[in-house]
Amino acid sequence: MSGEEFVPLSLTPLLIGMFAAVACALPGNFLVLRRQALIGDAISHVVLPGIVVAFLVTGTISAWPMMIGAAGASLVAVALIEAIRKLGKIEPGAAMGVTFTAMFAAGVLLLEQSDTSAVHLDVEHALYGNLESLIWLDAVGWDSLWDPVALAGLPVELPRIALTLVAVIAFVWILWRPLKLSTFDEGFAQTMGLRTGPLGLALVVVAAIAAVAAFDAVGSIIVIAMFICPPAAARLMTNRLEMQIAWSVIFAILAAVLGYVIAGYGPLWVGSDHAVSAAGMIATISGLILAIAAVAAPCRTRTGAPVE
Amino acid sequence: MLELARMDGLAAQAQSLEQSPLSVRGMTVSYGQKPAVFSVDMTVVEGSMTAIIGPNGAGKSTLLKAALGVIKPLAGRAMVHGKPLNGQRHRIAYVPQRASVDWDFPTRVIDVVLMGLYRELGLLRRIKVVHMNKAMACLDRVGMSDFADRQIGQLSGGQQQRVFLARALAQGADLYLLDEPFAGVDAATEKAIIDVLKGLKAAGKTVVAVHHDLATVRDYFDRVFLINTRKVAEGPVETTFTAENLNLAYGGRLAMAQIDQLELAAG
Repeated sequence: MSGEEFVPLSLTPLLIGMFAAVACALPGNFLVLRRQALIGDAISHVVLPGIVVAFLVTGTISAWPMMIGAAGASLVAVALIEAIRKLGKIEPGAAMGVTFTAMFAAGVLLLEQSDTSAVHLDVEHALYGNLESLIWLDAVGWDSLWDPVALAGLPVELPRIALTLVAVIAFVWILWRPLKLSTFDEGFAQTMGLRTGPLGLALVVVAAIAAVAAFDAVGSIIVIAMFICPPAAARLMTNRLEMQIAWSVIFAILAAVLGYVIAGYGPLWVGSDHAVSAAGMIATISGLILAIAAVAAPCRTRTGAPVE
Repeated sequence: MLELARMDGLAAQAQSLEQSPLSVRGMTVSYGQKPAVFSVDMTVVEGSMTAIIGPNGAGKSTLLKAALGVIKPLAGRAMVHGKPLNGQRHRIAYVPQRASVDWDFPTRVIDVVLMGLYRELGLLRRIKVVHMNKAMACLDRVGMSDFADRQIGQLSGGQQQRVFLARALAQGADLYLLDEPFAGVDAATEKAIIDVLKGLKAAGKTVVAVHHDLATVRDYFDRVFLINTRKVAEGPVETTFTAENLNLAYGGRLAMAQIDQLELAAG
């Protein structure tokens, strides 16, 4: 494919897909190991009504109102979960399940009932995002990467998700040791003076920021898939956390690239002229990677552990 | 004898708080309606090896965790050499219960021991040869240096316990708190662990361990702390590890025949 076609039409969606996938997979590694993998799922469900309300209030889908709306929705969710848990005297998992689905349903209901047709905000967008439409029309070829005029026309989602990814990488890099230590042995970490409560909260907040930034571009399906599938598959590839992180990044990028390409060109190859959703295909590929890892990866079982 | 025990208790209390590597006052912890630990005072004597004993659910582990700030107590405080815990954490090494962590965690034996060096390494300092050597030396002390590159899930229970002890050794503390270090380990491991602990004591360090096996108290420890939600007794094994105190702590759950088998101090 020539640069004249690839750069304006495919480069930006590909990059956004890759950045979103990696930004979610990185914190996902720790969430999976902490048995909190569903928090990613939860976040992407819970933020929907917040984002819709933020849009209804401000009338735009710009970054800050959406972030604030998402944060507000998260707080409401936490309060609801605590209330249901205390008042209903049920286990936290059930309280979370009720809260997430109820809030997601409320978000969908709000979307359907309100007039959001003027902007790209509807149920389909919320689920699948609009990766294919994040094109760079100002570009004419690879040379545009050095053309300030053309660069000014980049879709706003690209710098937003790139910045989010940088922040996620910085978080994991700087707090690597405390994150690893407190994920493995929280009690021990506390006796060393580590504040594991705020650290765990920071991890969830970082995951939430990644989820909201990614949600904006690629929808909630991909967010849920990327929090869990690449880290879970990576865990089956290695017995070292450092290597697991590396594998999860590889898998996330692989899923993003393969998913995008197959969604765009796969139907053409089989004779259909309708492309399928890129985000949906990326999520599908990540699931396939996990399935393959589950049957063929080298560290599927902790073999060698003597039975006591 | 009871009189003597009481006098020893007073002596321990009188030992200035600055000398005690760990003193606990009025510690009260509750997990729900019922307190798990109620208003417990404990004064660990420097250079001693103390066994915390009591029946299941007596609050042994809870007392340890509350003293370390892992559990937030309802009331009470712990002091290290008379100072608040927070500035003194480098003086304490902790071995949690083996079952408290997920041994499937993707990490190697040597990485776990290096965790004990976190205070030295901080957030971003590079792991250098001296750190590796230190960690390997600690593994060597527990007889696990051949396993440095193993994934921790591939170890037996006893080996896992030894790795935990090596991590505590890496902390380079003067007070070692161990939560059931002998639970579910093989005889070789039990021997290895007690040798290390006795070595620590010989080097002037202080050891406190939650302990289950009453038969070995006399061989392993020189002081006992009996607890059943409330403190029952505290003092040297010779005067405090008595049938009377055990009955008080275990509340008749210990058959007299069992007690008879222990070489107890005259009650």
